Amino acid sequence: MKNYFVLAAAILLISFSAGAQKYFTKTGKISFDATTSSSPEKIEGINKTSTCVLDAKSGAIQFAVLMKGFLFERALMEEHFNENYVESNKFPKAEFKGTISNNEAVNYSKDGTYAVTVKGKLTMHGVTKDVETAGKLVVQGGKIQASATFNAALADYNVAIPGLVADKVAKTAKIGVDCSLEPLK
Amino acid sequence: MNKLLLQGFLAAVMLFSNSGAWAQDEDLLKLLGEEKPKKERIKYAFKSPRVINSHSMEFLNPGTMDFRILHRFGQVDQGYKNLFGLDQASMRMGFDFGIMQNLMFGFGRSTYKKELDAFLKYAPIRQSTGPWSSPVTVAFVSGITMDGLPWADPSRKNFFTSKLGYYFEAIIGRKFSESFSLEVAPTMVHRNLVATEATPNNVYALGVGGRLKLSQRVAFTWDYSHVFIGMPDSGYYHPLSVGFDIETGGHVFQLHFSNSTGMNERAFITETTGQWGKAEVRFGFNLSRVFQIKKPKHKS
Repeated sequence: MKNYFVLAAAILLISFSAGAQKYFTKTGKISFDATTSSSPEKIEGINKTSTCVLDAKSGAIQFAVLMKGFLFERALMEEHFNENYVESNKFPKAEFKGTISNNEAVNYSKDGTYAVTVKGKLTMHGVTKDVETAGKLVVQGGKIQASATFNAALADYNVAIPGLVADKVAKTAKIGVDCSLEPLK
Repeated sequence: MNKLLLQGFLAAVMLFSNSGAWAQDEDLLKLLGEEKPKKERIKYAFKSPRVINSHSMEFLNPGTMDFRILHRFGQVDQGYKNLFGLDQASMRMGFDFGIMQNLMFGFGRSTYKKELDAFLKYAPIRQSTGPWSSPVTVAFVSGITMDGLPWADPSRKNFFTSKLGYYFEAIIGRKFSESFSLEVAPTMVHRNLVATEATPNNVYALGVGGRLKLSQRVAFTWDYSHVFIGMPDSGYYHPLSVGFDIETGGHVFQLHFSNSTGMNERAFITETTGQWGKAEVRFGFNLSRVFQIKKPKHKS
């Protein structure tokens, strides 16, 4: 009878530690770059308050970012970004929900750099699209540095660029992700 | 019996412990807990710090300069001969600077009376959401004007102070929705020297300004000041301007019709001589170009 208790405790412990293999950040960096060669200035915003959670066991990875958190060098550009392009009041958040396709190739308990492929759905400006990108996980001392860059065609997300500035804003924005994840307790 | 119970317990534990493995679609972000609602300022109630003639509840961003060129053409009722007023123009050139999120100043010069004007605008309360929020923005404006015309009668003893006028204004405004903003602005204008003994030095008015967004980049705006005390008996009217804000990238064009010529508070509140009913209105436009003159600190 005692054995049952030990067994139960062991199962609980194992399952608990397995479930604890989650990593997170609330200060992830996500950048947005829509500069083209004919842009008169850099069209670049950076958000340093993105949240990200990675489940090492399943390879599930999710991001959430507040659109108003994107900061631009020029205040007017920030106003236009929020007011005219991504309509931050109507669509305050962008979200990505996906999985690491080759999660078994990553050894989360061993320091090293792992090339990964991430597949999932990006929701922005009220539109959800499939996204697939190559990324990099750097495991070091129990922390994970996750980075990736991918392209998002603004038209896919119903972000309209008026004719007057059509040649000054890139049709495809470069999205950069750089998050330092810590174990979630 | 007891053993059966324990076996059941064990099965339950196993089931429970396994549940994490097939919950791939779960919302991982929920694990971080809900964000506490933060106080957030309501931005962009108006496209520019001016409705048309009068100050709006908006401020320039810190580190930016707004170069404003304002034009008022002649009266529309002059007809074809003067191309409905377009043959004449009066203008004001202005430079406004944003110092803090809620503090700005500016100065300008108008061709009308060769008048210089300067102002300081400060908002102790901004409209916001979240804890300790305010439903309205409250801003105060204090301005000074200086007449640049030569003395009407150089033979009499003239004082420099006679050229000066002042205005004080409180703006209470609210962005009711994405497309609709409204503000009221009790205003007092003081002139050191007036034309006749019967003309009061102090004029009290209530301004009402608003914006209705028609599309992402076009808005309908209006700007009216009702003069309650100090309006001369004849020849002067309450200033009303209506128009459209059109935004094109770096510029905001404000196209409008107005019965006033003056483009500072002293001039348009106390010296509006046109009458809307008689088509004594003028076409005008404000051109605003905002420059970033100092980079914000958040970039690293």
